[in-house]
Amino acid sequence: MIALLLRDLRLAVRAGGGFGLGIAFFAIVVVLTPFAVGPSSAGLAAIAPGILWLAALLAALLTLDRLFALDAEDGTLEQLALALPVEAVVFAKAFAHWLTTGAVLALLGPPLGVLLALPVQGMWPLFLALALGTPALSFIGAFGAALTIAVKRGGLLLSLLLLPLYVPTLIFGAEVARRGAEGADYGQPLALLAALSLGCVALMPFGAAAALRAALR
Amino acid sequence: MTSLSVSALRIGRVNRPLLDALAFEVPEGSALALRGPNGLGKTTLLRTLAGLMPPLSGVLSHDPEEAAYGAHLDALKPALTVRETLRFWSDIYGTRRIDEALAAFNLAELADRPCAMLSAGQRRRCALARLHVSGRRIWLMDEPTAALDAQGQSELADVLTAHLGQGGIALMVTHMPLPIPCEELDLSPFRARPGLAGDAFGEALE
Repeated sequence: MIALLLRDLRLAVRAGGGFGLGIAFFAIVVVLTPFAVGPSSAGLAAIAPGILWLAALLAALLTLDRLFALDAEDGTLEQLALALPVEAVVFAKAFAHWLTTGAVLALLGPPLGVLLALPVQGMWPLFLALALGTPALSFIGAFGAALTIAVKRGGLLLSLLLLPLYVPTLIFGAEVARRGAEGADYGQPLALLAALSLGCVALMPFGAAAALRAALR
Repeated sequence: MTSLSVSALRIGRVNRPLLDALAFEVPEGSALALRGPNGLGKTTLLRTLAGLMPPLSGVLSHDPEEAAYGAHLDALKPALTVRETLRFWSDIYGTRRIDEALAAFNLAELADRPCAMLSAGQRRRCALARLHVSGRRIWLMDEPTAALDAQGQSELADVLTAHLGQGGIALMVTHMPLPIPCEELDLSPFRARPGLAGDAFGEALE
């Protein structure tokens, strides 16, 4: 399982691995937003937490359709399913996806937030929200990617499927960031966000594994 | 260590069984070549024996955990080198046979080349080396000699002979002559009768 995690990380950073894709998308959205909505600090600060979260969510979504599809196309997934429990395969791959998107975005979010006039007091809550919330994005996404694996280039179906499933994470995540930026108490939404992520990390691999087994049959 | 045997095996999809009443036995230390026309269900049989699909009915004597499946697809990542690929699979299977496998398939010179730059025959040798690395007892091979040149075939023959010598079992689906002498089984007589339905409820439960 650790070998699979390391292999996915290695593949991600090699040429054509797609490691930069989500990160670049996130950075582009954040850099372009001030040009689109105007440079007024007050206006930007009001939408900063929402924009940062939306950008992180879409960046995660952008890289999800290749999570299992590449391994399924070249026969690797079959071989992995024969050698390891499928749940472990899902967990390792979803965790690798989080490390290469969510974890990096959590580190990049607060510095890039400066471009959106995010107040300094909001940076720590934003980091916490992204760090604790993005695992849910990766693991729910792994479930969606497993369900759509039989559809070649199933990116559209995957997006439609994940849209409603991502809503709770987005609500709580953006709420933590918003309250943090305003200096209000953000403990309650953060606890709910963390619970959501932990639940997804614990349960989604089983759902995704069932979907993969059916697809491999 | 025992033989691999199947009896009264019916395989395929629930609404489209392919082979029925299939029975054969492969003693340990021997190989069996499976033959039959395209679309008969040879690959489906290997996938069933590997544990990827449940049989519609019948009995498998082995645990799919004992088997390694050499599929038609080579399962190589273009960005990884041959050595990285084999090291990954040896970590997955928990074995330490990388150098042995590299030597057996004459891959030592190619070890640091990315799989994207391999020819079809070299890719096939790399995929066969994965079977070797797996350390599993039963090898299920789909067209193992495809794209192999004469030297590759003789390497495969040596590896197979060594594997069988250690009490291993090999099941090969092929249309071509095999590099080692082995029993052959024509699957055509086991073709399922049309309209024969499987146990839909059973498969749904799996």
